[in-house]
Amino acid sequence: MDDLLREFVTETNESLDVVDVELVRFEQEPNNARILANIFRLVHTIKGTCGFLGLPRLETLAHAAETVMGKFRDGLPATHEAVTVILATIDRIKEILASLEHDQREPEGSDSDLIADLQRIAERLVQPEQAAIAMTEQTLGRPLAPGEVSLEELERAFQETPVDPRPAKKAKPAVQEPLREEETVKSSVQSIRVTVDTIEHLMTMVSELVLTRNQLLEIVRRHGDSEFKTPLQRLSNVTAELQEGVMKTRMQPIGNAWQKFPRIVRDLAHDLGKDIELELQGAETELDRQVLDQIKDPLTHMLRNSADHGLETAAERRAAGKPPQGHIRLAAYHEGGYIIIQVSDDGRGLDTARIKAKAIAQGLVSEAEADKLSDAQIHKFIFAAGFSTAQAVTSVSGRGVGMDVVRNNIDQIGGTIDVKSVAGQGVSFVIKIPLTLAIIAALIVEVGGSRFAIPQLSVVELVRARKGGDHRIERIKDTAVLRLRDKLLPLARLSKLLGIDGKDASEGAYIVVTQIGSQTFGIVVDTVFHTEEIVVKPMSSKLRDIPMFSGNTILGDGAVIMIIDPNGVARSLGSAVATQIAAAERAQAQKTEAADDDMTSMLLFRAGTSQPKAVPLSLITRLEEIDARKIELSNGRHMVQYRGQLMPLVSMTDKPVRSEGAQPLLVFSDGVRSMALVVDEIVDIVEDRLDIQVGSGNPGVLGSAVIKGQATEIVDVGHFLPLAFEDWFRRKDGTRRERQRSILLVDDSPFFRNMLMPVLQAAGYAVTAVGSAKEALALIDSDKSFDSVITDIEMPEMDGFELTEALRADPRSAATPVIALSSQVSAELIDRGRRAGLHDYVAKFDRQGLIAALMEQTGMGDAA
Amino acid sequence: MTDTSDRTVNEYVTATVGGELFGLPIGRVQDVFVPDRLTRVPLAPPEIAGILNLRGRIVTLVDLCQRLGLERRAKSAMAIGVELKGESYGLMIDQVGEVMSLDAADFERNPVNLDRKLAAVSSGIYRLDHQLLLVLDVDRLLDIAPAAAA
Repeated sequence: MDDLLREFVTETNESLDVVDVELVRFEQEPNNARILANIFRLVHTIKGTCGFLGLPRLETLAHAAETVMGKFRDGLPATHEAVTVILATIDRIKEILASLEHDQREPEGSDSDLIADLQRIAERLVQPEQAAIAMTEQTLGRPLAPGEVSLEELERAFQETPVDPRPAKKAKPAVQEPLREEETVKSSVQSIRVTVDTIEHLMTMVSELVLTRNQLLEIVRRHGDSEFKTPLQRLSNVTAELQEGVMKTRMQPIGNAWQKFPRIVRDLAHDLGKDIELELQGAETELDRQVLDQIKDPLTHMLRNSADHGLETAAERRAAGKPPQGHIRLAAYHEGGYIIIQVSDDGRGLDTARIKAKAIAQGLVSEAEADKLSDAQIHKFIFAAGFSTAQAVTSVSGRGVGMDVVRNNIDQIGGTIDVKSVAGQGVSFVIKIPLTLAIIAALIVEVGGSRFAIPQLSVVELVRARKGGDHRIERIKDTAVLRLRDKLLPLARLSKLLGIDGKDASEGAYIVVTQIGSQTFGIVVDTVFHTEEIVVKPMSSKLRDIPMFSGNTILGDGAVIMIIDPNGVARSLGSAVATQIAAAERAQAQKTEAADDDMTSMLLFRAGTSQPKAVPLSLITRLEEIDARKIELSNGRHMVQYRGQLMPLVSMTDKPVRSEGAQPLLVFSDGVRSMALVVDEIVDIVEDRLDIQVGSGNPGVLGSAVIKGQATEIVDVGHFLPLAFEDWFRRKDGTRRERQRSILLVDDSPFFRNMLMPVLQAAGYAVTAVGSAKEALALIDSDKSFDSVITDIEMPEMDGFELTEALRADPRSAATPVIALSSQVSAELIDRGRRAGLHDYVAKFDRQGLIAALMEQTGMGDAA
Repeated sequence: MTDTSDRTVNEYVTATVGGELFGLPIGRVQDVFVPDRLTRVPLAPPEIAGILNLRGRIVTLVDLCQRLGLERRAKSAMAIGVELKGESYGLMIDQVGEVMSLDAADFERNPVNLDRKLAAVSSGIYRLDHQLLLVLDVDRLLDIAPAAAA
């Protein structure tokens, strides 16, 4: 083909893609003159070039479209109809271009239909224009033929087009990409067009070069010193640079694959009669163009799916209490050598029941088995071959090509796809694909006599664990963990994961500290060799389901080895090693759901041992430092005069209280009563998650948690309170209780049960504590009665609100006051609680508030 | 059957596995090689003997003895290279035999009493003078279920 023509076709195609996107944007923001100017300029360029190359059909079409856009520019409204016709014109231009590329000439045919439409719109838009047309007729002596330009218009085009030297440069960056390219071309003619084949060929050659280089390196390594060493080192460096350079040429922003999406969504929205907003995030994220090509179609398909099946019509959405405009979000970002692409919508979510029925009908699963599956497991069936749940085949999606094809495409590039769906709230697909299919740096390790490659990208550091060394392998219950700079890392033994014999982990093992997302863990291997650039080859399809491997490679010595997938290892940790930590987490102070944003202020101090101790700051009234000489011994107890009262001092250890110097104290107060814990040193106040990982059998200590990177004992204040308070209560209240009030305490967290029980007991109540709403109801069911129920709100299975409702529904407990405890108190929650029948709502750490509420509810204060 | 002009001849690469004679359509056979430096793949299905580098390609080796459920008589020393959907496989065999040209008319369906595991991967048989030649269907042979669910 003529070079000039080829250039024209390529350039025009690119321009048209931009016009597509820009037009959709223009329709949404009709007042944005910049967008319009940009479109106008592009179409004008196309028209001009067509005339130059002698392509009358294209020229006529482009001209007609330009005319309508000119009218827009004159301030006429961009109606949906007008934009649709222009888009159709652009599609026609693309068709003509396609055959132009193929046959090197314009195809036969007429565009009078479109031109008529365009002219009709142009005329209807502007009545005054008639005058101009009439004038032309006068000059010319005949009406203009389609494609001809009136003198005035030509004049105006000349005058206006170059007036704005920076058209639309301030547009959104997502669609700006091709423009910027053009800009650079203008400023410095430093870029050339290279065919993809050329780059592909280069890449293959570089891959081969890397392999050969590796083989040479291996030979030199075996032969020790040789004169080849130095030149080979240079060759190696040059190869590395060459490889990097070629890789760079292959990288493209993912936005290139997205360019057509706004147009697709616009057309879909129109066809389906839905209002859809498309949000694109991370368009600049770069990935290998080979990968890019492969995901374009799956993404388009998923987009269509979301628009067609996922999103409801505006009426349905309104009925469901959602905003009428549906939202589809496409986001891309890098994470540990992978690109994560999320396609999510806020539609109706997957229809679990229908997928289940279909899976059973297709024989993918038996009915009995299906009943045992979780919703998430059922949702995965949409990836099964031939699975499509669309009730009707529509023009948009459901042409028999389902998510199985999407999955296949993603499989082919070594990616994974997962789906999360919440009924009524939407679906989110997460696609994870490798950044590049070609070459990665990997750490070569050995386990049980076999070598494996671990991608260097996820490796943080290497540690050699030794007994008594800085880095020790310790055990939490049955789980091996590595203590690395005071952090505990879970360990995964590769030999165990792979079911092969390896060395015993405790002696001189190497630990590859690996990070996946926010998760850091150690992979235990026998030996670590070196780092090598490896050419990643996909796993055989028969072996692709093994989660531990992401691929294989040929080493310098010709051997094939497996590439470990750190994600697979991380997942296995989730099920094996991390269960201990998970179990500990369940026992942690706050509920896991709330834990993410639930930071607790902790006071760190030392008492007795060098290991730091901590106590929630909210429990402490004041920090004091008193002169040790003021400490008095009375009735076998240490006391200090504090604000006109005697305050008992409680030591956490059997260490004697200081006799001179300053004595730091943690003062706990309840009304006018105060007690103080004697500590050695107040260290710090930190904001951290209270995440008790290891329980304790030691009274006075709830357990250990990592706070500020150090294992810290969490002190059970509840244990120490009665030591000072017990007799104080009696004396102070002086009440003759005719009957001890009984309380049922429901909280899934042992921390709070342990903390509150002594407090409540100290206040004179008989406390029964249970760990779940179910147990509580079982007690009521066994005809136990209580004067009051205190319940946590956030509990698994059945929460505090549901428990309250259940208690209200039972005549035996209908009249029992219920007080709710929650770490979060909001007007909304309080209102919800009132509706459920709660009597009072108290913040979790507000001990005084709780006692006051109890007094009020049980009438104990009045009874005194 | 006697009409020689109408004869269609099928060619098979024969091999012995676990003492039995098998034939593979010659069109499906890429090469015959001696597996060297085999890498075991942990967690792989038992039929997969491992993978190796054959002239720069990674080949997945299938242990035919295991795949066909036969008793192991000798160490599999040879492999027949086949391709499926762009991937290379090696079928490990005990010994490779001659290439046989057999009359298509003599091709018989699997006898009903054939071992089920064999019948599942065989397209039919030839009755030779002293023994049966079981013709293997490469596609079905390589239809190996993935290892224990991920």
